[in-house]
Amino acid sequence: MSATLQPQMRDPAWVGRVFWMLAGLVLLWPMLVLSEFKPWILLEPGALTPALNFLSGFFTPRFDLEFLQLLAAETWRTVAIATCGIALALVLAIPLSLAATRSLSISALTGRMGVLPSFVRQAVRVILIGLRSVPELVWALVFVRVVGLGPTSGVLAIALAYGGMLGKVYCEILESGEAHATRSLLQNGSGRLQAFFYGLLPQNAAEITSYTVYRWECAIRSSAVLGFVGAGGIGQQLDTSMKMFAANEVCSLLLVFVALVWLADRVSAWLRETLA
Amino acid sequence: MRVQTKAINARHPTAQKDAAMALKSLNVLVESGEQLAVIGPSGSGKTTMLYVLACAIQPAQGELMLGGQDPWALSKSALQTLRGRIFLAPQMPPLPPRQRVVTAVLAGKLPQQGLMSSLRSLFYPSDIPGASEALEQFDVGDKIFDRVDRLSGGERQRVGLARALIAKPELWLIDEPLSALDPSRAEQALQTLTSAAKNTQTTMICTLHHVEMALKHFPRVLGLREGSLLFDLPASQVSKDHLAELYAHHEDELAQPLQATETDVIGVAKARPAVMHCR
Repeated sequence: MSATLQPQMRDPAWVGRVFWMLAGLVLLWPMLVLSEFKPWILLEPGALTPALNFLSGFFTPRFDLEFLQLLAAETWRTVAIATCGIALALVLAIPLSLAATRSLSISALTGRMGVLPSFVRQAVRVILIGLRSVPELVWALVFVRVVGLGPTSGVLAIALAYGGMLGKVYCEILESGEAHATRSLLQNGSGRLQAFFYGLLPQNAAEITSYTVYRWECAIRSSAVLGFVGAGGIGQQLDTSMKMFAANEVCSLLLVFVALVWLADRVSAWLRETLA
Repeated sequence: MRVQTKAINARHPTAQKDAAMALKSLNVLVESGEQLAVIGPSGSGKTTMLYVLACAIQPAQGELMLGGQDPWALSKSALQTLRGRIFLAPQMPPLPPRQRVVTAVLAGKLPQQGLMSSLRSLFYPSDIPGASEALEQFDVGDKIFDRVDRLSGGERQRVGLARALIAKPELWLIDEPLSALDPSRAEQALQTLTSAAKNTQTTMICTLHHVEMALKHFPRVLGLREGSLLFDLPASQVSKDHLAELYAHHEDELAQPLQATETDVIGVAKARPAVMHCR
């Protein structure tokens, strides 16, 4: 039947589409092999029974008074670790992103940026890459050795890794926004920081705030992982409960995480609405 | 501020490096306190001229003297100080949408303020009476605590002019201040600007599409065509022949006033408002 079809009735993109689909599968296959992707293992009886046993332990979550008190204290500590970490990260990220933002360059107003300013901007970018390319888990392991077990190492790990991420993304937000207001302030003789506070910041405040709150949410989740290496908070409690196969405790800890993430989501939505 | 250009060639602010010159061998001398309108069809180099005078683009060739100084021979910080004595009002008012009108207006005073006092002004506006007075002059005094994105296009343009008014520079460079205003507002806005410039002895250079407004409000008019000066005359000496030559092949921008009133020397006063070309 296809032979009788008029040439213009056939989709000319069809051959290319099939080719790229097959090419994608061919490229994906070695990666699946390399990552030992064998999902059927999950369904073998030897693996399925203990997993189901552990999951069935999730009901009912442990909510007695003693555990609740512990939970509240650890939750509060987790929030504190994440908040302090983000606050320190801001101290690092704000000056670095201001130094790296091209829209605040006075020499770039007229043609090319000067040699020294463009070198400083590149150097700051390299610092930001360095800070965020080391995972916060590695930073935490380093700081656990330096300052010992406890929340301090978690705070410092989050501060360094997130300072790098926030700095990079702030810089991108500031550069991608409308630059007209900032440029004309600089052209009329304002200083760089004045142009930032009167032009660039009001232009981009909502995006920056919502990204910061999202990062705070990530820091809460990240502090859970950091807890496993002894950096305190719910994560450490989660580690203990997992090791003791106390599935009902794990369940209540995970529920607390869901609640915290939901809270961060609401705060972010509210802030964006207020600043929009 | 005295302004002098000697044989300046320059490219448009957004042009590529190898683009054609938007200004060709421009020679102009503006004495301190003079008021000057620049007219000409779209693409004639009016905006480029203002940007060159504002030290916002460096001319490719030629010499620029501002108040007896060559800005491009100054150090970077001295150049930025000089820029603070000039106010360039772009055609599109440069106002962040989420900013309040009072902050947007007071931003005109930033070059005269230190960083600390400008930050304090973000917490509590430092000069509410001044901002209110400037806004009042353009009939937008009631919008002082509104946000910029709640304003119409014309209101934004008038807020932009209020910022120019409060900046109190020595040289005003105003690009198409009337492009979003209706005729009576435009009349009032120009009146305010020219009388303020007169009172403070500020040099004022203003590009305009409304030929009749330029001739009515400015003592001296520059005709710019394809980047070159066609005429530089007192407004009373600008004849319809000058205008016809200036707008040849761009007659639509002159809004056909010349044929309509043959006997009138200037002939534009009774014309419909000029077609607005916003770029």
